[in-house]
Amino acid sequence: MKYCEGKTFCFRKPSVLSYAAVVGKAENEGPYGGEFDEVVEDNKGGEDTWEQSESLFQNKAVGHVLRKADLTPDKIDLLVAGDLLNQCVGSTYGLKEFYIPYLGIYGACSTFAEGLLLSAALVNAGYVDTAIASTSSHFSTAERQFRFPLNYGGVRTPTAQWTATAAGAALVGSSGKPPFIRAATVGKIQDMGINDLNNMGAAMAGAAYDTLSRHFKHRASHPEDYDLIITGDLGQVGSDLLYDLFSRDGVDIQKYHKDCGLMIYDRDKQDVHAGGSGCGCSASMMCGHFFKRVQSGELKRILYCATGALMSPTVVQQGGSIPGIAHCVEITAE
Amino acid sequence: MDMFMEYVWAFVIGGAFCVVGQLLIDLTKLTPARILVSYVVAGVILGAVGVYEPLIEFAGGGATVPLTGFGSLLAKGVKEAVDQHGLIGAFMGGFTASAAGISAAIFFGLLAALCFKSGSKINET
Amino acid sequence: MNISNEEYGELAKKRSPGSKMYKTLPMAFLVGGLICTLGEALLNLYGMAGLNKDDAGALTSITLVFLSILFTGLEWYDRIAQHAGAGTLVPITGFANAVASPALDFKSEGFVLGLGAKMFVIAGPVIVYGISASVIYGIIYYIIGLF
Repeated sequence: MKYCEGKTFCFRKPSVLSYAAVVGKAENEGPYGGEFDEVVEDNKGGEDTWEQSESLFQNKAVGHVLRKADLTPDKIDLLVAGDLLNQCVGSTYGLKEFYIPYLGIYGACSTFAEGLLLSAALVNAGYVDTAIASTSSHFSTAERQFRFPLNYGGVRTPTAQWTATAAGAALVGSSGKPPFIRAATVGKIQDMGINDLNNMGAAMAGAAYDTLSRHFKHRASHPEDYDLIITGDLGQVGSDLLYDLFSRDGVDIQKYHKDCGLMIYDRDKQDVHAGGSGCGCSASMMCGHFFKRVQSGELKRILYCATGALMSPTVVQQGGSIPGIAHCVEITAE
Repeated sequence: MDMFMEYVWAFVIGGAFCVVGQLLIDLTKLTPARILVSYVVAGVILGAVGVYEPLIEFAGGGATVPLTGFGSLLAKGVKEAVDQHGLIGAFMGGFTASAAGISAAIFFGLLAALCFKSGSKINET
Repeated sequence: MNISNEEYGELAKKRSPGSKMYKTLPMAFLVGGLICTLGEALLNLYGMAGLNKDDAGALTSITLVFLSILFTGLEWYDRIAQHAGAGTLVPITGFANAVASPALDFKSEGFVLGLGAKMFVIAGPVIVYGISASVIYGIIYYIIGLF
């Protein structure tokens, strides 16, 4: 095992057995369109409400994971899932039919990494043999809950991000085959004092810097030791700030860095301002794109650092700031 | 020609009100709801001190259509009501004057909600 | 962290792009101006039809509100607003859009507690502060009238 210290978890056993992503129309029209397992063209899928649609996305994602692993729900020991909605209703209602032991988690847009690292830790410790990490986000539900009604002509600022309509799920077990989950660092709540609801990237970049720095240190590694460092959804503003923070330490991370929020849409053609966001953004990019690349050996060692803005509209209206969080998961091909 | 200039001024003054709003959005962090509130209150004040009526004479729709016009209408209504009813008019004039706009918004809003479904935004440029 | 929150705030401000005002201002001017010109045309039309000035004004408001809400229902208003910014916000059509869009959106939570209760979730403050300002003005106007 590679060097491991501090509060970073290091794993021997866990690997990703199967993974699936379900996305909406705009996400499939982005640069990685065609890599996802299913596209719901009208973003609604025949449901009556947007909340039900989001649940449907997550239900489909977990369904595909089971199908691809050729397993029935009773063979799965644990579901670790979350989303952006109050009481995590996207997950609860989407996953109830599977009747699998369930842990609902909330980490805003960092939720997929949180689910992945919890699943990996429980598999590694031997409490469960198989666990599915699953998350979703939906533009229409997030907009309704956090911002404005859908048909309202409010103006979005250039720093605002576009909540991805997407779900991703991954089955963690131990098969001896890649992609392996080798290590994970749990993020600390990092409040940078940002209080602009429309600038999540800035609220999260500090957390990404902190968790990444600790992961590098605990693993005695440097950015160049990874094929890619993938952040969740910092967007343009957050990514620039992350480079700034690392450059203060004399570290150049930009060369190895990709941001799911900047990848999922074509920002020249799609009007998403600073990029994509939402739990489903990095989950669908990992499950649609990156796990495949690690499995095939095209990528040998990647660091997935999902970031979340732990934002409450109520507290922000009361004048509070927006704390950020970021969790790192190291995924390798060997 | 007079008719034409009337439309030009409606366009220019109305557009100018919107440019001020856009400047508030771009340069300050004022949210849309706050801008609407500021416009209405500013309209009440401008109407109260008597500068908005001349602007309406001059720019017509350019002054009545922006929400400042709505505010000035409130002020006008209150003034008339106080003239007629005394102090109690202060509590009558605003809603009387703005009744048409507000009732229309409520009623058509209800109708629209019955006829249409909320849509998912499509992010095309 | 290797940076204080104050310093980070400065940095974040620097890295956050501002609006492209060479685009937003002309668009707001154009669309807002056009809506007001339409208002002027309606005023004239209703005037020619024989309505007095106040009635023509009221009917103009009603017509603009109706059109705005129709556009809101057809999902056109917010698409125009993405480009027009304050041009669609400041005219009375923006107020109507702010009333109709939550009504549409919260219908899924029921006709009373959803549609009915949430209808003024954005536009409510306009009425609260507009009416309150007018009441204050009325009281002041009354007191001044006493002397």
